[in-house]
Amino acid sequence: MSVEASAPSETGRRSVSIPSWGWTLLSFAIVFGAWEVAGRVPISLAFPPFSAVAAALVRLIASGELLRAYGETIPPLVVGVLAAAVVGIALGVSMGLMRVLEFAFYPPLVIMQTAPVAAIIPLITFIYGIGDLAKVVAVMILAVPLTALNAFAGIRNADARLIEMARAFQGSTRQVVTKIIVPDASGMIFAGLRLGVSGGFIGIVLAELLITPTGIGDTISYYRSVAKYAEMYAAIVSIIALATVTLALIETAERRLFGKTRR
Amino acid sequence: MARRFAPLLTLIAWALVWEVVAQSVEISVLPPLSSVLVGVTEVVQLKSFRLALLETGRAFGIGMALSVVVGVPLGVLMGVFRPADRLLNVWANVFISAPLTAVVPALMPLLGIGQTTVIATVFLFAVWVIVLDAREGVRKVNPSLIDMARTHHASRLAIFTKILVPGALPEVLTGIRLAVVRGVKGVIIGQIVIALVGFGALFDLYLQTFSMERFWALVIIIFVLAFLLVEGVGLIERRVAFYAKSR
Amino acid sequence: MSLPDTTVPAREVAVKVDGVGMVYPTGTEALRDIAVEFPRGALVSLLGPSGCGKTTLLKIIAGLIEPTRGQVIINGTTVHGPSPASAFVFQDFALMPWATVLRNVAFGLELRGVRKREREAIARKYIAEVGLAGAENRYPHEMSGGMRQRAGLARALAVDADVLLMDEPFSAIDEQMRRKLQEDLLSLLRVEKKTVIFVTHSIEEAVYLSDRIVILSPNPGEVSQVVDTSLAHEGDPETIRRDPRYVALVDEIWSGLKRYLD
Ligand SMILES: Nc1ncnc2c1ncn2[C@@H]1O[C@H](COP(=O)(O)OP(=O)(O)OP(=O)(O)O)[C@@H](O)[C@H]1O
Ligand SMILES: [Mg+2]
Repeated sequence: MSVEASAPSETGRRSVSIPSWGWTLLSFAIVFGAWEVAGRVPISLAFPPFSAVAAALVRLIASGELLRAYGETIPPLVVGVLAAAVVGIALGVSMGLMRVLEFAFYPPLVIMQTAPVAAIIPLITFIYGIGDLAKVVAVMILAVPLTALNAFAGIRNADARLIEMARAFQGSTRQVVTKIIVPDASGMIFAGLRLGVSGGFIGIVLAELLITPTGIGDTISYYRSVAKYAEMYAAIVSIIALATVTLALIETAERRLFGKTRR
Repeated sequence: MARRFAPLLTLIAWALVWEVVAQSVEISVLPPLSSVLVGVTEVVQLKSFRLALLETGRAFGIGMALSVVVGVPLGVLMGVFRPADRLLNVWANVFISAPLTAVVPALMPLLGIGQTTVIATVFLFAVWVIVLDAREGVRKVNPSLIDMARTHHASRLAIFTKILVPGALPEVLTGIRLAVVRGVKGVIIGQIVIALVGFGALFDLYLQTFSMERFWALVIIIFVLAFLLVEGVGLIERRVAFYAKSR
Repeated sequence: MSLPDTTVPAREVAVKVDGVGMVYPTGTEALRDIAVEFPRGALVSLLGPSGCGKTTLLKIIAGLIEPTRGQVIINGTTVHGPSPASAFVFQDFALMPWATVLRNVAFGLELRGVRKREREAIARKYIAEVGLAGAENRYPHEMSGGMRQRAGLARALAVDADVLLMDEPFSAIDEQMRRKLQEDLLSLLRVEKKTVIFVTHSIEEAVYLSDRIVILSPNPGEVSQVVDTSLAHEGDPETIRRDPRYVALVDEIWSGLKRYLD
């Protein structure tokens, strides 16, 4: 460890010429390498080496099993996230514009965001059964607070100087809202969408592990129950990778769209 | 003054709505709040509840302590040492937003169907936000403070404990508060996915026997406990806020 | 024009900078072949335009960075890493915002492992000496810039080093307070007898405070001129600032430096 390296005045900082993708590659190599070694030792029979997991992943893809599982996972996830976007943004924007709605909905939304709502997921079955609708509801329970609270914060943080400017030019309230406040809040609203997607992934996994034995969650549970751990890890890696790539893509879009205009 | 209590008023209003709606319409899964509150007084007296609370508190406490002990040094290291940052940043950012719930089934055969798995879940949920916030905090430490310590022959350990950690404390505490939120979710998710330990076993029991009063009573108790924990850290956080701005 | 006498009687050398060159890893050549001697008990200013390597040179003397060429000798010993013989006063004060004045001033001693009671007694003495008595338990954010730098100075004095290294110590302080601090520094030095290396980009400040002024030119930083003066020890500040020799010296240095500004 070199504490001194933090001081900008320090000369000891070697000019490292590895490009950033090189570091990422190196980082993956180290982690997967350590995984391989730990799996080969083995530290546990339930911990297969990375190569076995990679092979299992290839098998699952080739046999079409993974595709089938995601065929059951992705549609309710997408529907749930879209519904959460519509409901959450509508709610958040209206809360930002109307104090009564803020008063009514802000505290329960904050509770839903901070409390362990996973506890009530099993309850969904009693109302919505174990079909896709239950999954959609689970996704929404986790995603709506995030999309709504972000949209709300976006509206509330809209640039007061711009609003004054629009008023000074005799803009109507409707114009101020549609031409200034909502566009100015769009960056945060979009960021809320990303958080909503991240919450949605958690919701769908919870639903599939706890209440509706279908999709990728079921693939994980199934291979655990038959002790085929390489396949189980492959399924877990696939969902984490899918979530990571999706979120990274949204973040890239976010930076393209709002990177320069906001802050 | 009125502002401070507005959220409380809102919650009372919603409580009334809950009571009135559940009284007038028969909803199988939602008994009236009044009977849930009666359920709360019953549940807290149960031996099974106390044991579950103890077990959950232990798993949460150990998992959080591990997260802090591992997360803060790791974040500080990333903040001061570029190669460490470049190697770890990817993973911290992946795991902070990935659905780690999917990992819980893998922990079970590895660590057993019990406390260890729950502790590991808490750790996995909580540690990343501490890492990233500690890193953020260290980056905000004034570099001339490190120069200053070095001119007085500070050892690396002294620079770490006397400059970097207190300097990063505001962000570290923010990280810990967010980690508490995540850790509480982790402990509950770990327990209900395993379904055999702590509150997970109780939830399972109440669902199987369809005792909705007790189910909701448990939900309310857990929410209140989570709220108190988070507020507790928030209190400490506000005490160091005075120097967060003047670094 | 009569410049002050430049033949100062040979005094013992406290700090010797011997052929120092510095090239940063980025390729910037900050300093080239710097050779300067700093007499014991004198206040020497390093004066020059922004970016000419003043801070770099001071940090090399402090042992915070290793020069790429040459060496620094303090009291006969070559500097490798921070030396107990020198203490640093920072432009941005470098006070820990989470610590009181007392702990900040005692911090150098704390790091040296001096026991709490002892180091706090020493710190209190210097807090009083720099005019901060009564502010021991205040936090930096509760004080003005002038007071903060007094604390920074007290911390440097508390470790009892022979050599004080001051990097533009008063540049972040407003004009009136700066004059007061300059005067207080001079009277403090009459008691404390330190060798001071004082970085500044203010010609007036250098002329007013110094026994010797080392003028650096930029790109890369080189010594362009060394001027000895003894105005600092003649009478009260108002007299000095009106002294024709003071005005003449400021003018001369200014005309020398002007060509680096384009
Ligand atoms: N850590 C560093 N890495 C690379 N170059 C540096 C570093 N620190 C300073 N430099 C460069 O070295 C040169 C001298 O910088 P230095 O800070 O010593 O100047 P200075 O005379 O103190 O300037 P100022 O009056 O602005 O404080 C500048 O060109 C600067 O950009
Ligand atoms: Mg400088």
